Amino acid sequence: MKDISKSPWVIHYDGSSCNGCDMEVLASLTPVYDIERFGVINTGDPMHADIFLVTGGVNKLNRKVIKQIYDQMPSPKVVVAIGACACTGGVFKECYNILGGTDTVIPVDVYVPGCAARPQSIIDGIVKAKEVLKEKCLTEQRKGGSNE
Amino acid sequence: MVVRIICALLFIFAAPVLGGLISGIERKLSARMQRRVGPPVTQAYKDVKKLFGKTPQIVNRAQQFMVISYMFFMMITGALFFGGADLLLVFFTLTTAAIFLVVAASVTHSPYSSMGVNREMIQMMSYEPMVLLTAVGLYLACGSFNVSNMISTDLMPIVKLPGVFVGFIFILTIKLRKSPFDISTSHHAHQEIVKGITTEMSGPMLGIIEIAEWYEKVFLLGVTGLFFVTSNPLSYIAAAAVVLLTIVLEVLIDNTSARLTWKQMLTSSWIMTLVCGGINIVVLEILK
Amino acid sequence: MEYIPYLICFPFVAACIIFLMTNDNVRKALATVFVVAIWILTGFVAFDFISNGSRTGLLFVNTHTVDMVMMGAEVFLMLLVCTLCIKYKKYPVMLLSIIPTAMCIYTEICCEGIKHTAHIRADRFSVLMCLIIGVIGGLIVIYSINYMKGYHEHHTEVRKRVNYFTALLFVFLGAMFGLVLSANLIWIFLFWEITSVCSFLLIGYTKTEEAVNNSFRALWMNLLGGFGFAVAIVMVAFIYKNLDLIEMVAVSDKKVLVPVMLLSFAALTKSAQLPFSSWLLGAMVAPTPSSALLHSATMVKAGCYLLLRLSPALCGNAAGFGVSAVGAFTFLIASMLAITVSDGKKVLAYSTISNLGLIVTCAGVGTKATVWAAMFLIIFHAVTKSMLFQCVGAIENSTHSRDVEDMSGLVVRYRKLAFIMIVGIVAMYLAPFGMLIFKWAALKAFVDSSAYNVILVIILAFGSSTTLLYWTKWLCRIVSSGSSAKKEEDKTSKGQYFSMFVHVILAIGLCALFNVISETFIVKYIIEVFGGDVSFLSDGNIIIMAVLVGAIIIVPAIIYFMTKDVVMNIVPSYVAGVNRQDGEYFVNSYGTETKVEISNWYMEDIFGEKVLSKTCTVISSVLVIVSIVASIGGAFIW
Repeated sequence: MKDISKSPWVIHYDGSSCNGCDMEVLASLTPVYDIERFGVINTGDPMHADIFLVTGGVNKLNRKVIKQIYDQMPSPKVVVAIGACACTGGVFKECYNILGGTDTVIPVDVYVPGCAARPQSIIDGIVKAKEVLKEKCLTEQRKGGSNE
Repeated sequence: MVVRIICALLFIFAAPVLGGLISGIERKLSARMQRRVGPPVTQAYKDVKKLFGKTPQIVNRAQQFMVISYMFFMMITGALFFGGADLLLVFFTLTTAAIFLVVAASVTHSPYSSMGVNREMIQMMSYEPMVLLTAVGLYLACGSFNVSNMISTDLMPIVKLPGVFVGFIFILTIKLRKSPFDISTSHHAHQEIVKGITTEMSGPMLGIIEIAEWYEKVFLLGVTGLFFVTSNPLSYIAAAAVVLLTIVLEVLIDNTSARLTWKQMLTSSWIMTLVCGGINIVVLEILK
Repeated sequence: MEYIPYLICFPFVAACIIFLMTNDNVRKALATVFVVAIWILTGFVAFDFISNGSRTGLLFVNTHTVDMVMMGAEVFLMLLVCTLCIKYKKYPVMLLSIIPTAMCIYTEICCEGIKHTAHIRADRFSVLMCLIIGVIGGLIVIYSINYMKGYHEHHTEVRKRVNYFTALLFVFLGAMFGLVLSANLIWIFLFWEITSVCSFLLIGYTKTEEAVNNSFRALWMNLLGGFGFAVAIVMVAFIYKNLDLIEMVAVSDKKVLVPVMLLSFAALTKSAQLPFSSWLLGAMVAPTPSSALLHSATMVKAGCYLLLRLSPALCGNAAGFGVSAVGAFTFLIASMLAITVSDGKKVLAYSTISNLGLIVTCAGVGTKATVWAAMFLIIFHAVTKSMLFQCVGAIENSTHSRDVEDMSGLVVRYRKLAFIMIVGIVAMYLAPFGMLIFKWAALKAFVDSSAYNVILVIILAFGSSTTLLYWTKWLCRIVSSGSSAKKEEDKTSKGQYFSMFVHVILAIGLCALFNVISETFIVKYIIEVFGGDVSFLSDGNIIIMAVLVGAIIIVPAIIYFMTKDVVMNIVPSYVAGVNRQDGEYFVNSYGTETKVEISNWYMEDIFGEKVLSKTCTVISSVLVIVSIVASIGGAFIW
């Protein structure tokens, strides 16, 4: 049984935003909220990460960056869009350079609302992401089994 | 001879278990020092289990066999040590193992990785003199380079080697990649060079590196314990206690110090080597 | 024993014939034949020696005529040096040639009642040295005749004098054979001076201003050493009436310390110890085969050879301590300086100086175990360094650069050369290969010898760590390749590859077989000289080492072949998400592409030549002077 959800390592990317959600993501790693109790490590390296936390909207320049970071993560992997901007583009949606939410570039599995998203909801999102990770793992295993 | 082979085999099979446990304890301890709950003690095993469950992906084909060779030579190092071989030989094998890791990181031609490689090499240069002097010091104290003879003396080597022990603990911080000397790669988030030497390692490959680090950890703590072991069986308890204290101390140092630059690391570790190790050995040689 | 004079004379004859050959192809063929002949002769000498129960062979007890020839050769050398000094207006150097020659001739003519001893002595050490010189030197000549074509293709400004160059290499070999087989100090001195002049001529081959300056620096430093040698000869001749090197070493008189120290001084200059190391670095301007020859099997090893002969007399006195201090200091400083240079040949040069420092230290300590280690260091260093130099030369011919930074991705661009390079580098510093085993043996021996040698142990510990850095750096550069690296045209000829691959086999084979060499030659030689019983590395350790040698080759290979066919997801390297997909370029903040350039650290502000050179020259000069003064004081006052 390949259960990989017990050790969700995250990478965090901040797109086009006011940096509010960015701060809250880091806040959830501090001793006050202690997200490490779920085994979370903030790796900062896509090669090591299982969960991709995106805050802020997608613009023309960072589109490729988000895509590349996502591609460099080994599967199974989960994307969590944190905050209004990452979910939909938020207040910047109509700006000339903004393409929209994270799902305009990569498939998003968990949406965490809020402006800025509170640490509590971020943690909740990550815990949800763990479930998704487990599911993905199972489907992958089944797929792998049927292929054989 | 049979006992020595059993010890070596025991190391090969038991060290990952023990090393993983120590890693878990370190993380828990670290969390408690920061007044956090922290992950469960078994977290390190879960991490490695997860890493082996991920899809393998590589940047360069040569990475893989270099990383596996790294773990293999790390196993050999520890097996030789616990099998009672020549301590200098053990340390030289340790260097060979470390070189495999360095090469594995540098074949990727990645900027962050290469930065990590350069720093790792500086780290090796920083701790290498003290490592050799530790072997020499233990030889002077015990009269043999063989670990099997070192553990059967009547007097704890630490009595003759306080300076060498301090120097060794100093470089142990470098070897265990603890702050302030975790400059080539770090166990913590957000290093300025991403993950340094392990930046391009992912999935099972990273898992192998973790296991190799467990082997290394157990081996290094074994060397720490060697300073306290005598022919008296009770001394093993003392050694175990000191090893536990060392772990606590390393975690404390890790939590209370900020990362230094490589220059500060190089000068401070060389000065420590000269002052603690060098003077201790010179005095020992004169008194001999 | 009867082959020995032929072995010494043959290379000189060969040199004359080669020099007169103007046709390139004929010369190439002839040179190959001569090298094979040298191998056969060396083989004969060694075989004859071993089959006679390894008895020390003594030849030429009464040698009036040969002495005259020798004297003539000495005068010829002096005249040659003087002519060249006048041509290039380097007048002070003339004195360094004229005075020692005059002293020698004066001794030979005026000193009455010198005991008649054998002039040629073939013992285990000499024969072993002959094997090294013959095999490695021969391979270098073979490499060289194939190399020079490519050299002149890309150095069109240098006048082609390949016949002269090849002839000099043969003269060099002849002189080295003579040097290690002679027992008489005056004979050794002649061959000593021949190697000095030869290296001078080789370094000056390109005749550029830099080459001329460097060659004269090499000349005056070596002649200065020769001056010390000549003074030692005069002293020994007039005080002891005996010019035999071995018998001089065995004299149990305190006064003998002075000539021993003077000879050691000569050896220090020859083996390029600080403060005389600059000549070896200057030798880099010459074509690579000459560097390979100077650095590996010959020239510098002459100094080590002499010191090892002297080492019984150096054990535990002021002279010995001085020599080992200079050696250890050189070992440390040269390895630090090697970190800061990026020219491949220069790194090799510093590494040579550093390793010679270790050998000199061993000789200076002068106990059984250190001499044992030093002899093996000579063998392994000769093989490995010659291989590395040849490889760098071949790389330079193909890529037109010998900078370490330009060797990036060599493992993809030139597979075979990279393989040789990696074997060479690994054999230089990693367990369980030759150099490291004997560094280990040396370390143990230092700890076991007298108390003040513990300082040497500390220096050795630091020197090892800096050595580790500069080799690893180079290794990383070779294996690190971007995805755009392609196979490139290899201009290395078959002859060059032949020489290099033989070196590879030797380097690995010797690690497995060193115990055989130890038993046949070295251990017995040491018992002969020092007496008593000896045991060095324990059997258990040798077995572990042998297993490790196997493991370090086999394990990565097995893993490689096991994982070769596994389909893997290949991703670009991580460059903060702005990689252009191939790892070669990244997109910068202006949206344009920038090339990823990766280079090593050189730390010039800490270990740089500018920072260290001056201080180190002063310190080492003081060390040398103090040890000479101390040995004179030790001999005459106490």
